[in-house]
Amino acid sequence: MPNKKGNKFIETLPQNIFSGFVVSLIALPLGLGLALASEAPPISGVIAAVVGGIVVSIFGGSKVTITGPGNGLVVVLLTAITTLGGGNLQLGYMYTLAAIVCSGAIMILLGFLRMGILSDFFPSTAIQGMLAAIGVGIFAKQFHVMLGNTHEDGGLVELLLEIPKTIQHFVSTNDHNFFYAGIAGLVSLAIMVFHAKIRNKYFQLIPAPMWIVFFAVGMSYFYQLVLKQEHPIDEEWLINIPNDVFSNLAFPNFKIIYKFEFIATVVSITLIASIESLLSIKAVDLLDPLKRRSNVNKDLKALGLATMISGFLGGLNVVTVIARSSVNVNNKATNRSSNFFHAVFLLVFLLLFQKQLHMIPMSALAAILVYTGYRLAAPSNLLSVSKVGKDQLIIFIITLLTTIFTSLIIGILAGIVATFITHVIMNKDVILFFRNVLKPNVLMFKETDGSYYVSIKNFSSFLNFFRLKNKLNLIPETENVVVDFSRCRFVDNTVMENMNTYVEKFEAKQGNLEVIGLDLHGTETTHPFASRRMMQKSLQTKGFSLTKRQTNLQIVAKDFGWEYIPYTEESIGAMSEFTYFKTRQIQATKNLLQNNNDTLFDVIFTEGAFIARQLIRSTMFHIKMEHQIPEFTLDKEGLFEFVKQYTEFSDIEIPNHSDFSKRFYLSGTNKEDIISFFTDDIVLFLESNNYYHIESNKIGLLIFKKERLASVKEVKAMIDFGLRFEKLIKEKYARA
Amino acid sequence: MPKFNKILVGAAFSPNLKVNIIQACRFATYFNAKLYVVHIGASSNLKLEQLNEIVKNFEYKGQIEFIFKEGKPIEVLSDICEENKIDLLILGAQQRENIFKHYIGTVAKKLTRKVKCSVLLLRNQSKVEFVKKHIVINGLESESSENTIVTAFYTAKGLSSKKITIVEEIANEGLKVDDDRSLRKATINHERKTHQEDLRIKKIIANIPEKYQTGIEIKLQSIFGRSGYAIGHYARVVRADLLVMDIPKKSGIFKRFMMDDLDFILSELPTDVLIAK
Repeated sequence: MPNKKGNKFIETLPQNIFSGFVVSLIALPLGLGLALASEAPPISGVIAAVVGGIVVSIFGGSKVTITGPGNGLVVVLLTAITTLGGGNLQLGYMYTLAAIVCSGAIMILLGFLRMGILSDFFPSTAIQGMLAAIGVGIFAKQFHVMLGNTHEDGGLVELLLEIPKTIQHFVSTNDHNFFYAGIAGLVSLAIMVFHAKIRNKYFQLIPAPMWIVFFAVGMSYFYQLVLKQEHPIDEEWLINIPNDVFSNLAFPNFKIIYKFEFIATVVSITLIASIESLLSIKAVDLLDPLKRRSNVNKDLKALGLATMISGFLGGLNVVTVIARSSVNVNNKATNRSSNFFHAVFLLVFLLLFQKQLHMIPMSALAAILVYTGYRLAAPSNLLSVSKVGKDQLIIFIITLLTTIFTSLIIGILAGIVATFITHVIMNKDVILFFRNVLKPNVLMFKETDGSYYVSIKNFSSFLNFFRLKNKLNLIPETENVVVDFSRCRFVDNTVMENMNTYVEKFEAKQGNLEVIGLDLHGTETTHPFASRRMMQKSLQTKGFSLTKRQTNLQIVAKDFGWEYIPYTEESIGAMSEFTYFKTRQIQATKNLLQNNNDTLFDVIFTEGAFIARQLIRSTMFHIKMEHQIPEFTLDKEGLFEFVKQYTEFSDIEIPNHSDFSKRFYLSGTNKEDIISFFTDDIVLFLESNNYYHIESNKIGLLIFKKERLASVKEVKAMIDFGLRFEKLIKEKYARA
Repeated sequence: MPKFNKILVGAAFSPNLKVNIIQACRFATYFNAKLYVVHIGASSNLKLEQLNEIVKNFEYKGQIEFIFKEGKPIEVLSDICEENKIDLLILGAQQRENIFKHYIGTVAKKLTRKVKCSVLLLRNQSKVEFVKKHIVINGLESESSENTIVTAFYTAKGLSSKKITIVEEIANEGLKVDDDRSLRKATINHERKTHQEDLRIKKIIANIPEKYQTGIEIKLQSIFGRSGYAIGHYARVVRADLLVMDIPKKSGIFKRFMMDDLDFILSELPTDVLIAK
């Protein structure tokens, strides 16, 4: 085994080296830029990428992720560096390094405490709001730098308000430094914006940030060699990398470790670093062509260790980064070695091209960040959030504004509180949440046919999603799973979004996970992730958008050339004539798939009386018969005991099919007719196919399997079974 | 084999009185038991007459004894249980504002833990006879699990039940799922444990006399999760008519403050519950 693995590793090594190379082309300018944006020495970002790449590729638990300095931390680090030292940037930087080391230690601890589930406790909209705020933060600061104004600082709001002034200054300035720096910035921004739009194979080979580096370095050489002039931009506007990287490292200073600001910084850094990493890992797992599961806790430990080492060497935090990871996947990386090589190439660039790196204006790097910041905070994000629901838009805006005007921690807390409050308002019920939040609400077991059944009760939201997640993670993605929310009064958008991720994960590995029991839940919008709330008057048609299962049923109907009707007032056939429904009251039929004589439908019915009354949902297949057939009930021995309550029914043995009689409980009123109906063909068909409960009321057949809603996969199987059975009966009567 | 020879029901003169007494009469008839109807409070002819009339209307033919005693309900009832060597105590559930939710009041909760005999908690308070077709048993391994299973079979016989499902909760102690490899390990481990549990339970069933097993379909079902937390949910999903379980032991100082499965089940009674002791 190990030999085979080793072979595979060597086999894929070239493509991993190549992928690492391409990623390093982005990582270099980004590393420099992110560090500059945090007011840290530019080299610190590259240190983080190098240490991260080496340490995490050795100790990490994910497969194709890339680690290095992250966007999310820019704002926190900037605040830390500018405030912790009381205005002294160098001192502030050293204190911040100490905070980075501490946060690394905490991340290791989180890994050991298996807190990889941490990110699940944050509502997805609140996280998006926070990311948007980070985007605004990056944008506000870097916009000035991009236009050559490196001295603008102050609070976020001031920075935003100063933007017109900087633009005006750029247009009217006489200072050639200012002007050329600004031009370099604008050209770089143009490269970022248009890179994706130019569909040229060779142009696309090199990522946009590297084009910017080429442009900046090229411009410098153009002046030096062609025009034989000085570089038009003064050194002050160019990035500053120490000539000897290894002798100029800064070291952390732990003097103020006990102060409140320091501790608050550590908490913020750890929180953002963990959330950013965990979300990235989750997203990259979906991109992984081999669909492997990442060990998030192992990754947390590795990231923590890398952060500590990076901090001691004067580098920034190490987090898992989504953009670089996706480039990595696109370049066909297969394992962690690409992360390692990305680090190696960075180191090589740093040693070989020190002189050239000096030629890059800060404004060019700032353009990369302006673009990144804009992408994080783009109005289109706002639009996509509002599509999920108005409530989500409010949460998003509350989180965004709170983060901008206060701090990240307070912002995300506000987002969580706002989300909870909207849930309470939507449900007009606090008790539902308080009474049940600490209770286990997930049941999972394997059904007799080997598929997994998961039932969730009370409510399912970001508050208790980890319980559901812990259960779902126990299922190999190659299995069949049915997740039933019909006992859940409320399902929030965080859960809906995560369930969608699970559906994709299972699909990728040829498994099948389906969500059922949500079509009694109303939504505010038609977005697939919109929160769903059980409606009291659950059978009306207003206020409902189709669930995923319903849209899938619609597709099935199309495939078969059938008609799909989500809601109906009419009842089907003479349902109450069936023995099964003699003791059960049909409340509604929904999700009809109809074609001539055949109807597949969900039926909601009650069993028992008064207080013992229970609402039951099932999926059934009804076939209207063209010929009159005998009345019978075919059942697996003893499965639905109700049959035995009727004394007129008795177990009928089909002659010469003792095995069939052993396996099935066949009963009916007219023994002779039934025996002649069950010909050899029909007996053989029933024996060789999956078991279904089958009933006849002379004019129709009712076929179903379980006393719960069927998944789409089960629906297809049921239709197939029903049609073949129908065909067999038709042939029989045609012959007669 | 446990026997329900003496059944006790508390009679509080509440709207539920009639239903409670009728249900108790019904159980006493099924098990050929002597019925004790106990009222906490002063004795009066009016009350006695009222009780007598309910019993008469039901056409109860077994032995019956009325006891009136004053004092604190928990102490008095548990004393009477002890003195008369009661085998089964029947308690009724209360309803939440929402008629589909039921729970057990504080007094009944304390009694459940205090008395030494088995306790039947009735959720379904309807006058109509309710058939207990499907019985779910908590088969969790404990000192008393054999007693729980045996009691359940005895009850099933008395109630002519058709189906018994014995539920084992399989926890993945020590084996955490992080990635594909640990998942494979955990899956294999889970299957092995399920097999072990099945064997353990089959051994217990093998010792139960044949006559208690005839006509009953027996199913073993393993569910995922920490011991004792999801059984109520399971009983609800499969729509069991009766859940049989034992009282879990509270060990350790920390666990004393935590809710255990019995608390969960009592606070949200999923179905009728028999606590075997």
